[in-house]
Amino acid sequence: MSLDLWIEVILKCVVVFFIVLTIVAYLVLVERKVLAAMQSRVGPNRVGPQGLLQPAADAVKLMTKETVVPEEADRNLFLMAPVVSLVPALLAYSVIPLGSHINLFGREIQLHVTDINVALLFILAMSSIGVYGIFLGGWSSNNKYALMGGIRSSAQMISYELSMGMSVIGVIMLAGSFSLVDIVNAQSSIPFVVYQPVGFVLFWIAAMAEINRTPFDLPEAEPELVAGYHTEYSGMRFAMYFLGEYANLVTVCTIGALLFLGGWHVPWPAPTWMSPLWLALKVAALIFFAIWTRGTLPRFRFDQLMAFGWKVLLPVALLNIFVTALVMVLVD
Amino acid sequence: MQEQYLPILVMLIIATGFAAVALTISWLLGPSRPDANKNETYECGVSPVGDARERFSVRFYVVAMLFIVFDLETVFMFPWAVVFKQLPTFYFLQMLIFLVILTVGLVYEWRMGALDWNTSRGKMIWRSGHDKAA
Repeated sequence: MSLDLWIEVILKCVVVFFIVLTIVAYLVLVERKVLAAMQSRVGPNRVGPQGLLQPAADAVKLMTKETVVPEEADRNLFLMAPVVSLVPALLAYSVIPLGSHINLFGREIQLHVTDINVALLFILAMSSIGVYGIFLGGWSSNNKYALMGGIRSSAQMISYELSMGMSVIGVIMLAGSFSLVDIVNAQSSIPFVVYQPVGFVLFWIAAMAEINRTPFDLPEAEPELVAGYHTEYSGMRFAMYFLGEYANLVTVCTIGALLFLGGWHVPWPAPTWMSPLWLALKVAALIFFAIWTRGTLPRFRFDQLMAFGWKVLLPVALLNIFVTALVMVLVD
Repeated sequence: MQEQYLPILVMLIIATGFAAVALTISWLLGPSRPDANKNETYECGVSPVGDARERFSVRFYVVAMLFIVFDLETVFMFPWAVVFKQLPTFYFLQMLIFLVILTVGLVYEWRMGALDWNTSRGKMIWRSGHDKAA
């Protein structure tokens, strides 16, 4: 690789990294504001105009807190686990395209860090590695609530990961590729949600369970598990779990928009430099829907959760693959 | 070909670097005043009773086993899905047979109660000698 390319790659990585961090930091504020509005409250409004500096205040506060390590804990694992949770969540963004391309400084710049031919598989792999961070955190704390939360969380995540993997198979069959750029380009006329409505619903439910969002936020069920796997965490390490969780929310919403909602394609003609905007709007709509869900639904019970994953989602996902394949064969 | 993967390495370095810097800053800025009460494992304010790492429900183990079986199945389906459009109908039938076999497995687990978390409804595999005696 030439020096130019190296500089481009490193710049892109840094820019994408800071975009993601900023989005994640403000997503916390957005969620608090939206939830507050839904519950007829004001929400954070003290730090800066309309509470806009709240993320900065939170960051400073969390950074200056003491890191408490429980005596009984497995010290090294305890200190490392949040990093294991955060890094894969951020790593997924290296294969997620944020738009098609723009012309800058007289050259065409692709709006993705890299376009590997197994991008979707890579993202699924990263979400699997994220489970380690959560389980190690829960186990190394040597706290009953944390351990229970960690075990529940990993059981839930691996169960729903199956349905999530299977729900995207229909899309892969239609696009004939794992590359997210190829998949989006295959939807230039019609988004895949039209062909794969069941797949989209399955993906959305499984994704919400995968990232422990309401109504699947059992690992953090306060009345029974205190705070779940991060009960013993404080300060920056707690913040890392938080960042990882919200980064995962943005990831699954972006993947949902890319795989099913046509990515940056819109039904009307639009210049390519607008592409990140269209994608951002679709992602924002999905994120809003996730927050709305949290403001609306109560939590599942654990046996209901496991039964739903294995007895409803999995058979429906298998059926969806079968029907998709059958229709494709018949149409051919 | 491998050049495409280098940006992932760059991203890994940036993400790990960020984590390291953030933790170092918090280590430098944060206070460190440990004491016996603070460092005790949290258990709703009382002294912890026993060790947390006791035996937990065997169902989690069964779920993990089922996950491996079905995840492997998904891994088999991914390459098939990518080239599905180019394949003749015969390969659709092949995958159909594979799916049927796996569905039979799922139905078997279901009937055996491996998917039931409610003990009273679990039919066979949860029933230990202890239950029979009771």
